Amino acid sequence: MMRLELVKRPQRSALFSVLSPFIAFALTMVAGAIMFALLGVNPLNAFTIYFIEPISQVWQLHELAIKAAPLILIAVGLSVCYRANIWNIGAEGQLIFGAIFGSIIPVVFPGFEGPLVLPLMLILGMFGGAAYAAIPALLKTRFSTNEILTSLMLVYVAQLFLDWLVRGPWRDPQGHGFPQTIQFGDSAILPELMPDAGRANWGFVFALVAAVLIWLLMSRMLKGFEVRVLGSSPRAGRFAGFGFNRMVFFTFLLSGALAGLAGISEVSGAINQLQPVISPGYGFTAIIVAFLGRLNPLGIIAAGLVLALTYLGGEAVQSALGISDKVARVFQGMLLFFVLGCDTLIHYRIRLIGFAAPKLEGAPKLEEAR
Amino acid sequence: MSANHDSANLLEVRGLTKIFGTLTACNHVDLNIAKGEIHALLGENGAGKSTLVKMLFGSLEPNSGEIFWDGQPVRIASPGAAKKLGIGMVFQHFSLFEALTAAENIALSLDDGSPISSIAAKARALSYSYGLPLDPESLVGDLSVGERQRIEIIRCLLQTPQLIILDEPTSVLTPQEADKLFETLERLRSEGKSILYISHRLEEVKRICDRATVLRHGKVVGHCNPRQETAASLARMMVGNEVKAVVRAPAEGIETAPALLEIRALTRKPATPFSIPLRNINLTVRAGEVIGIAGVAGNGQGEFFESVSGEALQPEAGSVRIRGKDAGGMSITGRRLMGAAFVPEERLGHGAAPRMKLSENLLLSRHATDGKAFVGSGGMVKSAAIYAASQRIIEVMDVRKSAPDPEAAALSGGNLQKFIVGRELDRKPSVMVVNQPTWGVDAGAAAHIRQALIELARSGSAVLVISQDLDELFEISDAIAVMHNGELSKPLPIAEATFEKIGLLMGGAEPGHAEHTLETA
Repeated sequence: MMRLELVKRPQRSALFSVLSPFIAFALTMVAGAIMFALLGVNPLNAFTIYFIEPISQVWQLHELAIKAAPLILIAVGLSVCYRANIWNIGAEGQLIFGAIFGSIIPVVFPGFEGPLVLPLMLILGMFGGAAYAAIPALLKTRFSTNEILTSLMLVYVAQLFLDWLVRGPWRDPQGHGFPQTIQFGDSAILPELMPDAGRANWGFVFALVAAVLIWLLMSRMLKGFEVRVLGSSPRAGRFAGFGFNRMVFFTFLLSGALAGLAGISEVSGAINQLQPVISPGYGFTAIIVAFLGRLNPLGIIAAGLVLALTYLGGEAVQSALGISDKVARVFQGMLLFFVLGCDTLIHYRIRLIGFAAPKLEGAPKLEEAR
Repeated sequence: MSANHDSANLLEVRGLTKIFGTLTACNHVDLNIAKGEIHALLGENGAGKSTLVKMLFGSLEPNSGEIFWDGQPVRIASPGAAKKLGIGMVFQHFSLFEALTAAENIALSLDDGSPISSIAAKARALSYSYGLPLDPESLVGDLSVGERQRIEIIRCLLQTPQLIILDEPTSVLTPQEADKLFETLERLRSEGKSILYISHRLEEVKRICDRATVLRHGKVVGHCNPRQETAASLARMMVGNEVKAVVRAPAEGIETAPALLEIRALTRKPATPFSIPLRNINLTVRAGEVIGIAGVAGNGQGEFFESVSGEALQPEAGSVRIRGKDAGGMSITGRRLMGAAFVPEERLGHGAAPRMKLSENLLLSRHATDGKAFVGSGGMVKSAAIYAASQRIIEVMDVRKSAPDPEAAALSGGNLQKFIVGRELDRKPSVMVVNQPTWGVDAGAAAHIRQALIELARSGSAVLVISQDLDELFEISDAIAVMHNGELSKPLPIAEATFEKIGLLMGGAEPGHAEHTLETA
């Protein structure tokens, strides 16, 4: 007759707001250990290979930064959307369109070189991501479509469009028929931060700067207040004089621009050309990063590094233990699951009801506590 | 007829206690209800009335205490169990589907599977025998609030309860509709049924109730015969001390004072199938006066407030004028910048964001006003300034709270309302529009808010108060207009207004008719 009862807290718990991601991480570890054991691998050994070895040398930290940069850039943009209760699920597509727009100069005008090329590419990348994100925003404000569906479906449109581009009009004529564009010229390549130590490029710096700026916006500026009010109580937002449609565009354009910047940084810094697939699902993994970071831009920096590690770890266990690198996906999924689950602790207390409890029966009644 | 103390009690409650976290909502409550009596449960908001009733109706489980029904100990685990015992309840907030007919709504709550036609016939018969005329075929969406309440009462009576619980039944009725309800209740009592009558309106409790139990802070502070008490002595029991009376000096020289808020032929089509259209509303509020708008809930007050505040814009710029300038096309921010301030009816989620701190809620209505006091030129929020201003309001309005800067949802309704009203008063607005200023606010805080509104007007502002509480409007207004079905009557100067006249207008009588009644009376 033991059972758990959720009791609503009068105020949200500051303690559990901070602890919840750590509890979620611990639970993910436990579940991961069980998974490795079931796969017939010593969990301790697997954890060492998965989480410790990929970051034990300086050059590996650079790889971590390369993976973390797009995750952080996209996630800080998404965090603004989600705070406003607007659900942009299509960052992957906005990343691709940022990459495509940013690649116009090195692919279509390869003769254009000089110090102006890179800034123009980055601006075009942000513009491309924002423009692509404007589509679900327009559909939502004009026709009240569900932005979750439209932004998600536009991801597949973007992927197929990129595929067509690199097989068709933008294919490298000297590329032996491979579906890829020409290599970018030197002035179109995002420089490495410390070329002697590793491959990490300026994309990581963009991510950190974006996180700090968005943190300032959300916590110190009227615009951030507007986002939070409209997200938590839309009617109070209208009473304050904040426009909902304006907010839909603001959040979609901002997150789209950051996803676009992530896309062009990835292509210009790490790949140096366009190919059919330019992202291992950064736009989707960033959703996990945003929630694991508590929709707080500073928390997102840490969360982005953790999720980047799951990618590296997946590759490591594949090569060392012969386990599929899909393990990375499993870890990411479990992490999101536990994060969302642990968030219950912020608003509810768990009470254990034992045998001795006086004549209480039936399912817990959440409405009781109101 | 007085209560029969000798016969066995129908319901007896001993030591009933309910604890929510650190709050003891009901603390060892005792209550006896005899057969064939109307028993009043009195108490301010937050005194524990709703909690007690929810335990009696099975929707809350007590932490400790006993309930006896006809002398037998019982456990009421669910509303279904309460109905089986013979307890029926008419809630303050109706749970009716507007798109269904009255009979269909009744059928939904009876799970005996009988055909709608027979339910309709039974409902019709019952409604006439109790003097509650109701057409079971009518759509709920087309019915007035009083008629909707009849559906709830008939729905309850169809289950032939022995004890009927009524939660604030008259709060949505015109005085005339309330009279009809009282007749029905007296009739039920004469049939030997018991009624638990929850209210904070002391006059009506004195009028129809045989006994009263008074709750304060979750404890029973007394049982009495309300007929032997005065309204003042009952209020003292409820509040625990004397409530300061509101002082209102007559306004002088109003006729020549500048018109600060003018509504000219305001018309609005319904935004949703169930909202009320506004029809050609005209009203002038001059500097120095308080105009009250009476009306039964749901007659267009919400739509009117939205139109005046600018949450809904008007196609005709001249239909709302603030301080002599057309404002109909202006957003709520634009109207605030012209010196207007607004307090909506709903506190949580409209007047305040529940999960934000009070200081942040200050910013909600004042981010654009007050020059650069709260928001700097780069869009940076001056958190020290908003904190200081919110503390100033908390002090002036005597807002009681548990933390220095708590979330809005952590405050009681009355304290949050004091903060929201104080937030606007702090600006010294020249036009103030308030919807339901003291809804659910305890008597002491209500007096504070009313006094503050009068003082604002006397200092030269125009104050417009929309309220369903007639006592409140008579206490603070210089003139009262009535809103009915989206139309607004001409304001009656307070010296000429009577409860009867206002009540007739609330019920939809032609304005001319009310004048006529007065002349012939």
